[in-house]
Amino acid sequence: VIPSAFDYVAASTVDEAVQALSAAGEDAKILAGGQSLVPVLRLRLATPTTLVDLNKISELRGIRDDGDAIVIGAMTTHHDVINDPHLAEHAALLALATRTVGDPQIRHRGTLGGALVHADPAGDLLAPVVALDAEMVIAGPGGRRTVGAAEFFVDLFTTAVGPDEVLVEVRIPKKTGWGAHYEKFNRVAQAWSIVAVAAAVRIEGSSIAEARVALTNMAAIPVRAYGVEEALIGQVAEAAVIRAAAEHAAEGTSPSSDGNADADYREHLARVLTERAVAAAATTAAGG
Amino acid sequence: MTATTQPTTGEFGRARKRKEDARLITGRTRWTDNISLPGMLHIAVVRSPLAHARITGISTDAAQQLPGVHGVFTAADLGAEGISLPCAWPITADMKAPQAPPLAVDTVHFAGEGVAIVVARDAASAADAVEAVEVDYEALEPVLDTETALAEGATLVHPALGTNRNAFWVFDSGEVGSGRSADEAIAAAEADPDSIVVRRRFRQQRLIPAFMEPRSVVVDPTGEQLTMWSSTQVPHILKTMAALTLGLPEHKVRVIAPDVGGGFGGKLQVTPEEILALLVARRMGKPVKWTETRSECMLAAHHGRAQIQDLTVAARKDGTVTALKVELMTDMGAYLRLVTPGIPLLGAFMYNAIYKFPAYHFACTNVFTTKTPTDAYRGAGRPEATFAIERMMDELATELGRDPLELREQNWITHDEFPFTTVATLTYDSGNYEVATAKAKELFDYDGLRAEQQRRRKANDPVQLGIGISTYTEMCGLAPSRVLGALSYAAGGWEHASVRVLATGKVEAVTGVSGHGQGHETAWSQIIADRLGVPFEDIEILHGDTQVSAKGMDTYGSRSLAIGGIAVVKAVDKVIDKAKRMAAHLLECSEADLEFHQGTFTIKGSNRSITIQEIAFAVFAAHNYPDGVEPSLDSEATFDPENFSFPHGTHLCAAEVDTETGRVRIRSYVCVDDVGKVVNPLIVEGQVHGGLAQGIAQALFEEAVYDDGGTLTSGTLADYLVPSAADLPHFTTDRTETPATSNPLGVKGVGEAGTIASTPAVVNAVLDAVRHLGVTDIEMPCSPQRVWRAVQSARGAVKSTSEHTTEAAAGGGLGSIDAQGGAG
Repeated sequence: VIPSAFDYVAASTVDEAVQALSAAGEDAKILAGGQSLVPVLRLRLATPTTLVDLNKISELRGIRDDGDAIVIGAMTTHHDVINDPHLAEHAALLALATRTVGDPQIRHRGTLGGALVHADPAGDLLAPVVALDAEMVIAGPGGRRTVGAAEFFVDLFTTAVGPDEVLVEVRIPKKTGWGAHYEKFNRVAQAWSIVAVAAAVRIEGSSIAEARVALTNMAAIPVRAYGVEEALIGQVAEAAVIRAAAEHAAEGTSPSSDGNADADYREHLARVLTERAVAAAATTAAGG
Repeated sequence: MTATTQPTTGEFGRARKRKEDARLITGRTRWTDNISLPGMLHIAVVRSPLAHARITGISTDAAQQLPGVHGVFTAADLGAEGISLPCAWPITADMKAPQAPPLAVDTVHFAGEGVAIVVARDAASAADAVEAVEVDYEALEPVLDTETALAEGATLVHPALGTNRNAFWVFDSGEVGSGRSADEAIAAAEADPDSIVVRRRFRQQRLIPAFMEPRSVVVDPTGEQLTMWSSTQVPHILKTMAALTLGLPEHKVRVIAPDVGGGFGGKLQVTPEEILALLVARRMGKPVKWTETRSECMLAAHHGRAQIQDLTVAARKDGTVTALKVELMTDMGAYLRLVTPGIPLLGAFMYNAIYKFPAYHFACTNVFTTKTPTDAYRGAGRPEATFAIERMMDELATELGRDPLELREQNWITHDEFPFTTVATLTYDSGNYEVATAKAKELFDYDGLRAEQQRRRKANDPVQLGIGISTYTEMCGLAPSRVLGALSYAAGGWEHASVRVLATGKVEAVTGVSGHGQGHETAWSQIIADRLGVPFEDIEILHGDTQVSAKGMDTYGSRSLAIGGIAVVKAVDKVIDKAKRMAAHLLECSEADLEFHQGTFTIKGSNRSITIQEIAFAVFAAHNYPDGVEPSLDSEATFDPENFSFPHGTHLCAAEVDTETGRVRIRSYVCVDDVGKVVNPLIVEGQVHGGLAQGIAQALFEEAVYDDGGTLTSGTLADYLVPSAADLPHFTTDRTETPATSNPLGVKGVGEAGTIASTPAVVNAVLDAVRHLGVTDIEMPCSPQRVWRAVQSARGAVKSTSEHTTEAAAGGGLGSIDAQGGAG
């Protein structure tokens, strides 16, 4: 279908975007890469009165090394995330997860910020930023504020970004030398995750010194698998240990049921995929 | 008879790239939706969200007031209440057929049925106005299950019919005399300690044809002929049926199928929207266009399959099959469309497949439900038959502890038994199952994979390996007209062609088939180039416009080459006959003294000759031609086949099943198909690849799912999983060539073979991987969850899903995104 009529504002600065959102009120929406929004508009599942387009705001694009963190502009495309050398070195988990998003066309249009603010529980970039303890910088009428990833995701399709606010950048603390893996489970290549697991581990000697595990689509928001992490820390990175730790994966989750998977199957998948993700992450960490 | 592929020097058999692809791939062509006429108005359809409901009120006032809206119409407004969309296949004399109006009258019978239409100056205004039409419904109980639909006291989809049963159709070899009574043979087997009887139930899920180009129709009422462009497979049938349905004089209707982006049977239809577009265009006196959205296409265009299959096989314990009984329950959906009730009949003659069953009984019960109507989808009845019998042969092998391939070989028709008349009364003209199977086994490394399977089983590997077999045949090239008549089909199965030789020696060939992606323009040009001896580039193939191609039966059922291509050959031969008369006249010799080779007539034993191009110009000038002969080379031919064509082949699939997650990965896929002589190997390869993809899709991915209220929940391509290349394995394809004896080219059809053959190969492989764990069946599609649960259930460790609370919405589908959603 053709979307219903809306006003269109192409902002050229973040301030302009914030002003446009404030002026438009509750029924405005932000257009980033459009890979989720445009289908929703065409299906008329959303009928915003105003679209504020961020594509002309050049300050929102790009990735930079900011000392102890890598900073990614919200409008940076998936393609750029995948191919960035800073991320490959210091936050490989995000790049690995981003590789699994959509297809090449989608990855050239879709943006990190758009995917995060859209907050589809099956989206693949939510769990990695939670696992990596990322911080989100949000601009609004009152200036800028920073929200941790754990507080950023509020509910299904709902984040801490207010109706007159814009996500500006994502700061990811460096995890240099960590092993990482994103284990995605879906039925066809171009589909959302039924369940996926983001895992990053740091190995010292033969033991796991630090571990981060977060789950995709196991609740309305991404779930940090603290039980798995605790069971791994200080342990030798071997199969039996990882398998035992992965048994904790479904703790604290509240998965839904749909045509692809009932909740109990999702819980089972969470355990199996966690085992695989942690094992793969440990291998890449140990192998350098 | 059987030969492997040989390189060719002529056009016939050359792997040419298709000449139509440049325009199709770049989109620089005419699709129906690209057509824009002066003053054209746009139609959008208001569709029912409910499966079964009484319409208590339709308020169009608000929509009428919107800018750009020219009209909002119900069936009553259009005088369409008495119109019924055509069903051309009344399979039995007492078949129950409801009236099928183009818009619902009083009651809606499936979710997605049109209730009203909006006509506006542009598509956006029409879309806005659809939302402003208010329809009040009184919900009725949906009828979703074919078995309960037949129970006493069941809600009736069409109360006037007094039943939900559309028809009951039977074939029995004992009654026909083509074999024994299956019931008697089964009873005898049950009493015989040296025999075995195996009964199984299979479920053919509902599928959505998912062609690439959504349907579109444009009608221009401003000329002397009412002209309709439609994204259809069947312009000729559409023309005749539109005339009959609306009482229009047939000569006042012209139908054009321009380039059409796929159909798979889904555009073998006369649609409500085509009829509505005709009605509105005539009423408003202006051109109108309707183009559907993908969601409309999924919801309202006809679906396929949707059968429950009960099979009984009797066999001696040595493996020899003695009887086959098939009982089908087939879901018609809410209405009968063009060939809806006949789809199971296209499978009725194929359940016995390549095996020598001495007794056969087939019965189908067609049932109405409040779902989208079903009709033809790639293979139409034959994939269902092939799936059931090939699954059944594996079940029999399991029961007997036999290798499934050996068991097949024991029962199949051997190459020296052709022509072979089957228990279902068809005569298979040619085939060689031994050669195709041997070749497939070798390419597949059958023995090596069986050894690996044993290793994995012994090691209790979490990833198990299974091997699936499908040794199929199918009947295609629809169809001998007399056979269609005997099956109560309303039309024939002949095909027409004409060949025009222009003054400059170029050739225009008109074909009655209507390609929509098959590559007819290339293949027909190759056939003509060789036969008439003119360059490939000098040939234009014309089709799809009833003003140009006046006669035809269109494209479906893998008929285009085996019927339409032969009509072209017959027309070319008439051209050559006429040219020969002219050549003899011009060379002043007797026709008997001439030989024709590569476009040139030569007097035998001399160097005196004349080319077809020279003759063409001489005929054009018409200064010098024999008395009593028309100065023309142009010729036409109508070909009515004497038999179907019977492609066959052996498909082998190796599937890895991850028992921890239930995920199936096709490790290797080998198919050796025998489609007779091949005009263009690249086109055949493309047909096989696409066919495999669609057959594998049924096995693993696709299903039209309805909820308890009758709402289609797989209504977008985010929910209805059409696999892409990334989800499919590398295909190892090869061929044997056993020429068909029923046509002069020795060709058989290839359009449906891959789809027909592949589904059981994949499911057999999945089951073979986990059967040793105790799994006996997995419904299609074999989704990871289904496979995992089957393994868990077999291990006695399954957990009840009811223990788990269900959240309102899961992520991962467009349907889950609500209006409060964040921005992307």
